[in-house]
Amino acid sequence: MSSTGFQLHPPETDGGSRRVRISGALTLDDAGSLRRGLVQALGSEERTELDLGDVEHIEGAAAAILAQSWGDAVCEGRALTFTHAKGPVREILDLYTARVAQDCLREPPQREPIVQQVGRESYRLFQTIVEVLDFLGRLGRSVGWAVRRPSTVRWADVTRLGERHGADGVPITLMIGFLIGLITAFQAAVQLAKFGADVFMAELLSISITRELGPLMTAIVLAGRSGAAIAAELGTMKVGEEVDALDTLGLDPMRFLVLPRILAVSLVAPLLTLLCDVVGVGAGLLIAVVQLDLGWQGFLISIESALSFSDVFGGLFKAWVFGIIIATLACERGLATRGGAEGVGRATTGAVVAILFHLIAADAMFAMLFNLWGI
Amino acid sequence: MIRARNLAIGYNGTAIQRRLDFDVQQGEVFLILGGSGCGKSTLLRTLIGLQPAIQGEFQIEGVVPGGGEPRKPGFGVLFQSSALFGSLTLAQNVALPLSTWTNLDQDTIQTIVRWKLGLVGLDGFENHMPSELSGGMRKRAGIARALALDPPLLFLDEPGAGLDPITSAELDGLIHTLNRGFGVTVVIVTHELQSIYEIGDRCIMLDRDAGTAIAEGRPTDLRDHSEDPRVRRFFHRETRLTQGHA
Repeated sequence: MSSTGFQLHPPETDGGSRRVRISGALTLDDAGSLRRGLVQALGSEERTELDLGDVEHIEGAAAAILAQSWGDAVCEGRALTFTHAKGPVREILDLYTARVAQDCLREPPQREPIVQQVGRESYRLFQTIVEVLDFLGRLGRSVGWAVRRPSTVRWADVTRLGERHGADGVPITLMIGFLIGLITAFQAAVQLAKFGADVFMAELLSISITRELGPLMTAIVLAGRSGAAIAAELGTMKVGEEVDALDTLGLDPMRFLVLPRILAVSLVAPLLTLLCDVVGVGAGLLIAVVQLDLGWQGFLISIESALSFSDVFGGLFKAWVFGIIIATLACERGLATRGGAEGVGRATTGAVVAILFHLIAADAMFAMLFNLWGI
Repeated sequence: MIRARNLAIGYNGTAIQRRLDFDVQQGEVFLILGGSGCGKSTLLRTLIGLQPAIQGEFQIEGVVPGGGEPRKPGFGVLFQSSALFGSLTLAQNVALPLSTWTNLDQDTIQTIVRWKLGLVGLDGFENHMPSELSGGMRKRAGIARALALDPPLLFLDEPGAGLDPITSAELDGLIHTLNRGFGVTVVIVTHELQSIYEIGDRCIMLDRDAGTAIAEGRPTDLRDHSEDPRVRRFFHRETRLTQGHA
């Protein structure tokens, strides 16, 4: 399919008609110059004859350009005829001109009125709300079923998923916890030293990590790691009709897919948070001993006196709720996936964004509630 | 156009088909036949360079596909799932190879795209996303994309799979038109008997148990004259059970 070149001969005009002759081979690479040449050569005569008798070879792209010229002429009320085309050239042109792709000969697309667009989008929003409520309703029913018949829960799946979302996430959680402890300790040390209060670093560090930073940072790691994975996995299953297959086999996707994931993530979230807390406080201890010349015994005694059971337990409770939020939203977005690969990508992104928003909102709510309850 | 000698294909070094020798002549519709799991699609993936051959050699117009720097493909491929890019419109799907491998200006590319889609009966669908189309329309759009660079050779992996008989027949008509009108050589993986008789010039039949090709020739000749029970079973839709009763 190499370009061997063509020649567009000067037009011959006779009264109201014009004759243009093309010779040589019309290839894909010549399509651009052919199109530009034809625009100039064809002119605006009522009748134009395009003599293709000397065209030795034509490729589809060049035939498309000739067909476009023919269609344009039809739209403008002019007559353009292809003459003397030999066997294969004629056949290819016939194939292309069998259908007219000109806008002027098609039904004009109907422009949707603004009111209709607003109505459609509002209805779509309403549908989404209904779908979310339907999901939560079915989930609630499944939870009720699981509470009444714990043996029907797929515990083997819970264990497997717990390993995937929990144990496999330990290294990254430890690393994040260590770095957060390190950063907090440095910041605290610098600010507290200004008031000669650096001895309170242990209190500040331990309380901020166990109550706030530990649960939140672990949840963010879980959202990025497990939330995205769950949404993508369920989304792929949805577009691959695996979820429909479950339905047809009489298996409730809620019990089969959603509940094990929510149980697994909500169980591993407090455990990962506990690890994050320990490593974060350990990083603070390291800074206190190495950088601030504080004794490690004093540091630990300060922590013991400052930290209460409610600080640690409150943080772990938050982590458990965060785990439920992460898995529930990821499952909901995943099962709401439509379309192909793009839909899965959209569902995954949507899940992570929704999870992060709900995590922050839930954290703010916990802050108010804990304050109200004096925890 | 295609020449394969002593070809062995498979996965991870394990051959599922061995000693494959065949030639595909320019301008013919060549079929790769066989039961499920016999390696038809694997052979096609090997021929288009997506998978290395385990042994032997093959060439397309004297060139071994795959490997090395990306280059303008000398053939078009329709995958079983159509494999249209879901984030692009039909027009963008077809325009992609043109904007990548030619120096054509955007107006020319848009004109070509519009008429390519018209050729497969999808004029007016330029701005549709693949997810908005039926399976048959996606297959036709996949063919339009495969034809974008006017290749002399087309590989089609089960083009009629999952389509209703009418859509499947329309697709056969389109393949026939491309072959007869454009002189495009077509290699098709299929096991749909109706299509085999209507569009196939020659075929090779693979067998899973034999691990090699068990027949080669014109489909109607194999149907009417082959004495190999495996070939007869395939063309006459006989199960071992019905053969026993016969």
